[in-house]
Amino acid sequence: MRVQLSINGEKHEADVEPRLLLVHLIRDVLRLTGTHIGCDTTHCGACTVLLEGRPVKSCTMFAVQANGKSLMTVEGLEQDGKLHPLQEGFMAEHGLQCGYCTPGMLMTGYAFLGKHPTPTEDEIRVAISGNLCRCTGYVNIVKAVQHAAATLREGAAR
Amino acid sequence: MTPRTSLDVGGMGHSIKRKEDPRFIRGKGTYVDDVQLPGMLWLDIVRSPHAHAKIVKIDTAAALATPGVLAVITGQDLAKYNLHWMPTLMSDTQMVLPVDKVMYQAQEVAAVLATSRYAAADGAAAVTVEYEPLPVVVDPKKALEPGAPVLRTDKKDKKDNHIWHWEWGDRAATDRAMAEADVTVKQDIYIPRIHVASIETCGCVAHFDKVNDKLTVWMTTQAPHAIRTVFALVAGHVGLQEHKIRIISPDIGGGFGGKVPVYPGYVIAVAASVLTGKPVKWIEDRMENLQADSFARDYHITAELAAKKDGTLTALRIKTLADHGYTDAAANPSKFPAGLFHVCTGSYDLKAAHVEVDGVYTNKPPGGIAYRCSFRVTEAVHTIERMVDLMAHQLGQDPAQFRLQNFVKPEQFPYKSALGWEYDSGNYGGALLKAMEQIDYARLRKEQQEKRQRGQLMGIGISSFTEIVGAGPSKHFDILGLKMFDSCEIRIHPTGKAIARFGTKSQGQGHETTYAQILAEELGIPARDIQVEEGDTDTAPYGLGTYASRSTPVAGAAAAVAARKVRDKARKIAAHLMEVAEQDLEWEPGKFSVKGAPDKFKTIQDIAFAAYTNHPQGLEAGLEAVSYYDPPNLTYPFGSYICVVDIDAGTGEVKVRRFVAIDDCGNIINPMIVQGQIHGGLTMGLAPALYEEISYDDNGNIQGGSFIDYLLPTAVETPKWETGHTVTPSPHHPLGAKGVGESATVGAPAAIANAVVDALWHLGVRHIDIPITPAKVWKVLREKGVTE
Amino acid sequence: MIPAAFEYHAPASLDDATALLARLGEEAKILSGGQSLIPLMKLRLSSPPHVVDINGIPGLSYIREADGVLAIGALTRESELEESEIVRARYPLLHDTCKVIADPLVRNLATIGGNLAHADPANDHPATMLALGAEVVARGPSGQRRLPIASFFTGPFETALAPGELLVEIRIPAPAARSGGAYFKLERKVGDFATAAVAAQLTLRSDGAVEQAGIALTNVGLTPIKAVQAETSLRGKRLDDATIAQAARLASAASEPAADLRGSVAYKKDLVRVLTGRALRKAAERADRRR
Repeated sequence: MRVQLSINGEKHEADVEPRLLLVHLIRDVLRLTGTHIGCDTTHCGACTVLLEGRPVKSCTMFAVQANGKSLMTVEGLEQDGKLHPLQEGFMAEHGLQCGYCTPGMLMTGYAFLGKHPTPTEDEIRVAISGNLCRCTGYVNIVKAVQHAAATLREGAAR
Repeated sequence: MTPRTSLDVGGMGHSIKRKEDPRFIRGKGTYVDDVQLPGMLWLDIVRSPHAHAKIVKIDTAAALATPGVLAVITGQDLAKYNLHWMPTLMSDTQMVLPVDKVMYQAQEVAAVLATSRYAAADGAAAVTVEYEPLPVVVDPKKALEPGAPVLRTDKKDKKDNHIWHWEWGDRAATDRAMAEADVTVKQDIYIPRIHVASIETCGCVAHFDKVNDKLTVWMTTQAPHAIRTVFALVAGHVGLQEHKIRIISPDIGGGFGGKVPVYPGYVIAVAASVLTGKPVKWIEDRMENLQADSFARDYHITAELAAKKDGTLTALRIKTLADHGYTDAAANPSKFPAGLFHVCTGSYDLKAAHVEVDGVYTNKPPGGIAYRCSFRVTEAVHTIERMVDLMAHQLGQDPAQFRLQNFVKPEQFPYKSALGWEYDSGNYGGALLKAMEQIDYARLRKEQQEKRQRGQLMGIGISSFTEIVGAGPSKHFDILGLKMFDSCEIRIHPTGKAIARFGTKSQGQGHETTYAQILAEELGIPARDIQVEEGDTDTAPYGLGTYASRSTPVAGAAAAVAARKVRDKARKIAAHLMEVAEQDLEWEPGKFSVKGAPDKFKTIQDIAFAAYTNHPQGLEAGLEAVSYYDPPNLTYPFGSYICVVDIDAGTGEVKVRRFVAIDDCGNIINPMIVQGQIHGGLTMGLAPALYEEISYDDNGNIQGGSFIDYLLPTAVETPKWETGHTVTPSPHHPLGAKGVGESATVGAPAAIANAVVDALWHLGVRHIDIPITPAKVWKVLREKGVTE
Repeated sequence: MIPAAFEYHAPASLDDATALLARLGEEAKILSGGQSLIPLMKLRLSSPPHVVDINGIPGLSYIREADGVLAIGALTRESELEESEIVRARYPLLHDTCKVIADPLVRNLATIGGNLAHADPANDHPATMLALGAEVVARGPSGQRRLPIASFFTGPFETALAPGELLVEIRIPAPAARSGGAYFKLERKVGDFATAAVAAQLTLRSDGAVEQAGIALTNVGLTPIKAVQAETSLRGKRLDDATIAQAARLASAASEPAADLRGSVAYKKDLVRVLTGRALRKAAERADRRR
């Protein structure tokens, strides 16, 4: 099947088998390898991308379902050579170690901050509870999201 | 510690941002599944549904007829090259692919080679295997009973399932002390099978270049150099020679010990590439990862602890059954089949101790890897910390005061333990007192009393662990004969920038940053000007790899030693440049200046340039050095953790309300990274304490073989860790550092288990095995008549 | 984990979908949110030759309250329910429920219709709808019909939907004054199915006695269980400790759990008792606030 979709504002087309998982289209076909795979059962969130602005697990969607849709992956966070405040936050607060869950965490965090500009710690923890991290113990991921929230608020106030 | 270097240089003590982060936060890391080569083939593996069965027939016809499938590889195929068995790290043997029978559920049975990931999966689904089930041995105790089916029928003279007996310590003295004790406590403790479950699973891309006879393997390995040697030793007879093998360990998505062993999938992929001359990718899925990769723990322990009436601890006796699955594939130093379990006297000044461990075969996957700990230290710490807590409660003493009374005292270091270890340094009381202050221990005990009167269940648990990391001195430590040194090679470029390569391999620990900071500290070259590389065996110096918290103790020391060699040569060049005698120069990070004339100096950058442009006659040009560091001793990080839990009497849920962790890993290189390691370690301590377990039913069916039932904690279950530290430098490490990656995983479970038992002690509860699930707590509560 | 190959259909209208489903029969699986179906397909526990993706059918995603009924389109995502102001303010039981289904990312795709039509006894909406006394609207090749939820779940993973029929809408009676509900779920961690969960919905009279009670149970039987005797025991009574304890015991007696890694039969039955008590207290507290 022919699939047309937009990823990070760029149009892509591919001929795919209906059973091709969206994550494999993104990684193996379109070679955007920042999106990862960590489980088989929709638990880990390493494959999180934004579908029409909402974070979803791209291992639990067929590529054909994304036909005509607009996606965003970790590669789309940096704009014109400028890192997104979340990316800055993850570096500043040591919100990543091995980096494997990080793209998923970033995408979830990005969508979350769009709706919750002044989140509490508990709200952040719930928001990222579909993304597993084995390295950081989450404390610094929470701080990284808070860090980004503060930067974004400052930016909005200016 | 006040840093000696400026923040701009970024030496020890600075929380500089990590050098690896810019690629990771952009999704530009290169993990093994990101490697895609032209013409690459895919491997998928057919696995056994049975825990023990004869293979009657493997029917490959339907698989071979599947579009895209090129071949089905079986044990018979590998047997032609004598590659169907391979040695384990403990010199036992393990099947790559079976020829006649399978020994555990999910064992590899055949492999399908295809042109795509999807075709390989279709092919694997199309292979049909006829089995004849054999009796299954699940329980290691039953495995040792007379008449139990003998599992290792491949071993000619093997008549039972006993692998080895190992004991350590003074049996007679321990028995005597036990008999003479005023008080003893005895407890069976099971530390269940768990799995590291790094978020990236294992896999490889093997590429045999037929023109140059060169094998390159990108693989998820924590020990690339040792792997290269193992490949050469195992496959030398089919033409793989060590200088024609290149192992590349790219970015690794978490290791925790699970990426130390050689798994059959790697070997099959290599064999497939050698046979086809094409690159072959094998990436396991999560269920394969949990069901077939090396497990951790699985120790059935019986411990006895003795004390005098006044609360002085005197002796410890431990007997253990170690369930190894069908082969002993533990990742231990050769000399120690039970790892460093005999550090089990922990932080306490015990005069006598004796440990026995028996290894047993069962119909389970092999392993015995770490789960983020140094060779069975978690088992040791959990045992002693549970036992000390039991004894304190038994004697009616406060568990904190009881620990303070029995700790090895600061003035006793270096301290020789009853089981022969020489602890390098410690101040155990300092760490515990700091933890007590930080959490306000006295107030918590008061709160607990008040709550108990109202029928509420609150517990406070302590764990004052001693770790043993940095394996290790070559006298005692080797893996397959390879001594456990590690290495650093530094080259300073003419413009004063540097590249440094190491025998270790980061899996998230931040080596690119930490090592650069060590070199910045020693050379004064800014950390940002130092490129750190690891994981490519064609370029990096030989080393044993990263596990057991050995990178900073061993390779970090190598970095310091190599840097000091560079500095020695730099001194000669500086003397030449300034036309003074070497002994008239003094060093501060970044420059040599003339004693008494501080404005007369040469920077390390000046010196580096001169090393290539104006080096003294009689001295070789260039500025570089290598160190293969053989540590004189292990290092002994320690800490005290205090945990507060609330228990829901209705549902049995345990909630960790607060958790204060005071760690001492000696001198700290990057405080931010150290704290991050502790956060992560604590979470991997919480996980087995309350959530994770891999068990088997009577037929050997795995329970917890996917993330549906193998319960990695999310951010919601994980408490907000509170950390702090004390600093007791290692006297023998060049930087006074000790290693920290695993301390928290080792120390945390006992704190949580002790807190739960503390909450329930007044009801008569003495012990609950981890993981302490709501169902277990509920059962205990109802047995004790507590209900909502 | 790779699903087996299948033929993909994306009907653009309900008529096309029902015609297609009628033609394909057992060969077809409906793809809604896909958060249960796709994992099953990846594990090859389900390998349907045809997949009918209904996500392209317009007009199946809405939450509107009119004429005494809250109507929810079958394709409404869990996260949309969670964010709905009507649901949050007026249907606390439903709000509680959609917050504890799977995890927040899964809820961005998972649909309420899928959660019900999949009829997994471990799913959370079935008990909630039983407690709320909802109706579902089924649409087939020969038209539309309404079914009371109590007759919808016919067995594990089985419903009263006929071949070719699609669940298109869920209808929940708008709450009377002094109504409230709550969902109490014990899960081992976020993302897990319930060890046990209880949905309770109460309408109180002005004197505080129970006018109407709905109690239903998740994952303690082969189907979601409506605890009828527990419900009946409350009617006309004030919610004192003894009354709640009695209802909780009856709910527990109605449960038929199986032992698994989450716990023993005895544990789960007792959990039903404990959670029923807690859910009733919370429901009553909420009802009391909505005079």
